[in-house]
Order: sequence, then C-alpha cells, then structure tokens
Amino acid sequence: MSLGIAIISLLLLAGKQIEEKFTRNVAGIDMVIGAKGSPLQLILSSIYQIDAPTGNISLAEANRLTRSPLVKSVIPLSMGDSYQGYRIVGTNQQYLDHFQAEFSEGKTFEKVMEIVLGAKVAQNLGLKIGDTFASQHGFDGEGHAHDEVKFKVVGILKNTNSVLDQIMTTPLESVWAVHEAGHHEEEEGKGANALKLLEEDDHHHDEAEHHEEEQEITSMLIKFRNPAMGMMMARSINQNSTLQTATPAIEINRLFALMGFGIDALKLIALVIIIVSGLSVFVSLYNSLKERKYEMALMLSMGASRTKLFILLLLEGLIISVIGFVIGIFLSRLGLWLMSENIEQNFHYDFNVLSLLIEEIWLFCGALLIGLLAAAIPSLGIYNINISKTLADE
Amino acid sequence: MIATQNLTFAYSPSKQFTFPDFDCADRETMLILGKSGKGKTTFLHLMALLLKPTGGNIQINHQEISQLSVAQAADFRAKNVGIVYQKPHFVHALSVMDNLLLANYLGGKNQAKDKAQSLAESLGFAEHLSKKTTQLSQGEQQRVSIARALMNNPSVILADEPTSSLDDDNCLKVIDLLTKQTQEIGASLVVVTHDQRLKEVFEKQVLL
Repeated sequence: MSLGIAIISLLLLAGKQIEEKFTRNVAGIDMVIGAKGSPLQLILSSIYQIDAPTGNISLAEANRLTRSPLVKSVIPLSMGDSYQGYRIVGTNQQYLDHFQAEFSEGKTFEKVMEIVLGAKVAQNLGLKIGDTFASQHGFDGEGHAHDEVKFKVVGILKNTNSVLDQIMTTPLESVWAVHEAGHHEEEEGKGANALKLLEEDDHHHDEAEHHEEEQEITSMLIKFRNPAMGMMMARSINQNSTLQTATPAIEINRLFALMGFGIDALKLIALVIIIVSGLSVFVSLYNSLKERKYEMALMLSMGASRTKLFILLLLEGLIISVIGFVIGIFLSRLGLWLMSENIEQNFHYDFNVLSLLIEEIWLFCGALLIGLLAAAIPSLGIYNINISKTLADE
Repeated sequence: MIATQNLTFAYSPSKQFTFPDFDCADRETMLILGKSGKGKTTFLHLMALLLKPTGGNIQINHQEISQLSVAQAADFRAKNVGIVYQKPHFVHALSVMDNLLLANYLGGKNQAKDKAQSLAESLGFAEHLSKKTTQLSQGEQQRVSIARALMNNPSVILADEPTSSLDDDNCLKVIDLLTKQTQEIGASLVVVTHDQRLKEVFEKQVLL
C-alpha cells in the first residue's frame, strides 16, 4: 500500500515540479536563435543550461537578423566554460533583469572579467566577493584550464528559484577575453595547425574588425512585441540564414510528450501495486477474521451487536489505509529529497520537497476507498458467525 | 435463580436432545454431569440463550426467556448471565484489565475499574492486570475468565467444563473461588462437566 502511494505521489510531485521549473525558466522568452542543430538541444542549453550548446554563431549576424521592429529585446548568451561544474555564461545586464535578480551581496558586473554568482553556486563553492578563479573549458570540470586570465567575483545574487541560481554570469567580453588569451598562447607556444594560423592571421590583420564582426556568441534569447508576428520572422531566419530558431513552448511540449510515456507507465505500475496491496489487506483481514472468529463470538456472547463488530473491523481496515498513506507520502518525500540531492549535484537543479498536492488528496480518498472495500468484504462474515457453534468448537 | 422445564433441542431430526428439569435458587450451586455427546454444552448454551430451544421453558430471575428475540436475548445475557468457558478465551489485543472492562462495555454498563481491581485481588491475579492475557498461565487465565463472568453482577453464572484442563490442586481452587464469588454476589451457579472430581464437591446434581 505505502509503496504504491509513494510511487504515485513521487511521480506527481516530480512531474509537477519539473514542469514548474521548466515553465518558470521559460517565461517571457519567445524564441531562441542559435547554430543549426537540434532545436531541443538549443532550448535545453540556452534556457535551462542543462545540455551542451549547439555551436557558435556570429554576433553580428544575429544582431542583423534581429534588427526588426517586432523584437522587443534580445539577450545574447555565450557559453562554453565552467568552474567546478558550474557554468559561466557570458551575457549582459538584461539577462539578470529578465529573472528580476536581486543582489544579496556586491554589485552587478560592469567590466571584463567581473563575475556574478548565482545563490546556489556561491553557497556550494563557498566563494566570496573579491575571490578570483580561472575557468575551465567545457562543462565537465576536466577541460583545459584558462589560467591566463582570472575571474573576479563582484556580486552574489539572491535566490531566484530559477536557472540563474545555478550559474555564474559575466559580460560577453569576458568569455572572448578568456578564449583570445588562450588562442594567443597556443599560437606562441606549440604552434597551431595551418587553418588556425590563418584564422589568427586574420585576427591580427583586422583587430578592429575582429571585435566588430567576428565576435561569436552561443545563442540569443528573444522577446517579441507580438509573438504571432514573431513566428513569421522565425520561419524566415530558418530558411534564409545559417542560423536556426527554436520556440521554447513547442520544444518543451515535445519533451513532455516524450517523458509522458514513461510517467504514464510508472503510474500504471503504481496503480497495480495499490490494487495488489488492497488485495493483500483483504486477504490478511480475511485470515485474521478467521483466526479471531472465537474472539468475535465471545464478544457477541458478551452482548456486542454484530453491527458494532462490523464497524470495528471496518475501522481497522481504514486505519491500515491511513497509516499506509502517511508512510507512502513520507517515503515519496524522502525519495524526492534524495533525488533532488542527486539531481542538484549532477544537473544543478533542485526541487522543493515539502508541498502537498491536490492530486494527493484524491490519492488519499482512493486509498481510503480501497482500504474500506478490502475491509468491508471479509468483515461481512461477522454476520454469519454461529456463536454457539464457534464457542463449542474450541 | 434459574429453572428449566421440558427443555428440548434438535440440531437435526436425527439428533434430538431432551433435558431434565432442574431449578437452582440464588446462592445455590447445581452440578450437571454427563459424558461427551450427551449435550452438556448444548444445555448450557440453551440456558445462556446462545441457542433457541425447540420446546420447553427457561426462567432466569422469574422471567421467561425462552421466547426472547435474538437482540433481546443478547441484551439479557449481557446483563444477567456470566459465562465461564471450557478454555479461557480473551480478546488478545487487550490487557487483562481491558478484557474485564470489556464485559461492562459490551453489557452497556459503566466501566467499573474498582470492581475489576477487587476481583483481581480476591482471585489472586492483581499483579497481572496490565499484562496481555497470553502472558498468563492456564490457571491464571481461568481465574481471569471467572472474574470477567462476575463483572456485571449477573444473577446466573454458567460454567462449561471450568476444570477440565486443570490439575487437581487448581481444580479445587477454581471451584472454591467460583462458589465463593457467586455466593458473594448472590447468584446461582450452574457447572456443566464430565469431571468426576467435582462429584463429591457439590450437593445438587443432575445426570444427563
């Protein structure tokens, strides 16, 4: 009983909270522009910071495409580095404003290599204002370290309950600076391949142009004045440029539809477990009634009415169901908490563990009903006890 | 007091019983002796209203009870008849004390803790009141079931083979306690048994 309830409640909770997280983070973003590839990947990496980015795009091109009266605002994002597993995202002040971020300490980034930490990042890494560190390439913490330039912590955000808690933000220029420094060193030190050399030559030739045109970002978050009109713009970008657009709402629905199969299957299994446990309550009550037939006959001979004993047995079934439900809810919370610890470590996502859902009240009613039925059927046997025979038999 | 006249009962047309008449006044003791299969327990269950006789009359406290309905019989039994069964049976989930109070509760009377306490003292199991019934020895359990039969101050105590599972010592002790306690509350005591050891103890006897 408890097990089935625990599984169903866990599924409800996890599903609900994932959906909440996903929708909270997506709010207000109508479209994402990035390199060609999987649109789902683009959404996951740019909005939720959980998948690998699709590749780089030219800032200039993205700017050109989004220079339109339909666009309300754009937020550039540049990813690729991390520090101890937490992502460093190059962006601008608008990104922080988008989440209505507030500072618990310090101030926002203003200069290159200044960095602002999300609440969870600061808490878990134990970094303070004024600390410096070097980022690593990639997200797994094992990439090549960019030792040449160090980030300086200038601000720590309050908890926003969004993806912002789990990342560090810095001006776009910092990300470029880190990688430029890397390029130069490579060139001077080991010597790069011909293509790289050519590229680097370009850099040197048009230093000014480089900063204007070759600056790369990973993706761009876009808010439209009118989302319906935006769809048309999205289509034109997809057809006429090397970039792709993705609409968060559509991609997330697709993701949920895929996950939905798994969740439905688990729900079915949990339901079967509840029914089986209902049967086992039935069997055990039936057996215990047989064992206690003498007790029942005794109480009947002492003046108890059959209805009274019937209610007594019914209550027993009900109490078992209620205890089963309480243990089940407790188990599901425990499971969610463990899951949340695990997920937070691996994906920097966390769950709120303690809320009780409306669905769980229905679950409670269902559990009571099953317990009641399972108790009522064997308890009806109380009306068939032959007192004299039962008492005489033993 | 309790009395029966021309009592008959049939489980089936081929299995019929006719029981001898007897009457037993308050504070008197009646022994009903009989071998197995003679209908001893049936006789007791008839007197206890657990079975409805096919013919004849029973009076308890000068009230005719053979024609009471099932519900009336249950109520009458709870208030006026105390039964001591062959083997002591209890509600296992409850303590000794609660098993005693259960008789009050099911009989619709106030739960008399003092009475349970004093009965336990005079029957010698006062120190076991908070234990579970299964933790008691056979003899102790039999004494608890006597106390339970006395809890509602019934006018008749019916005892079904109260001594068959006890050794000689305990047998006499239990009978002694039974007679003393019933006389104290002014009830009639009817003992149904095949136990020949009791033959010498009781004056009034009926043979089935």
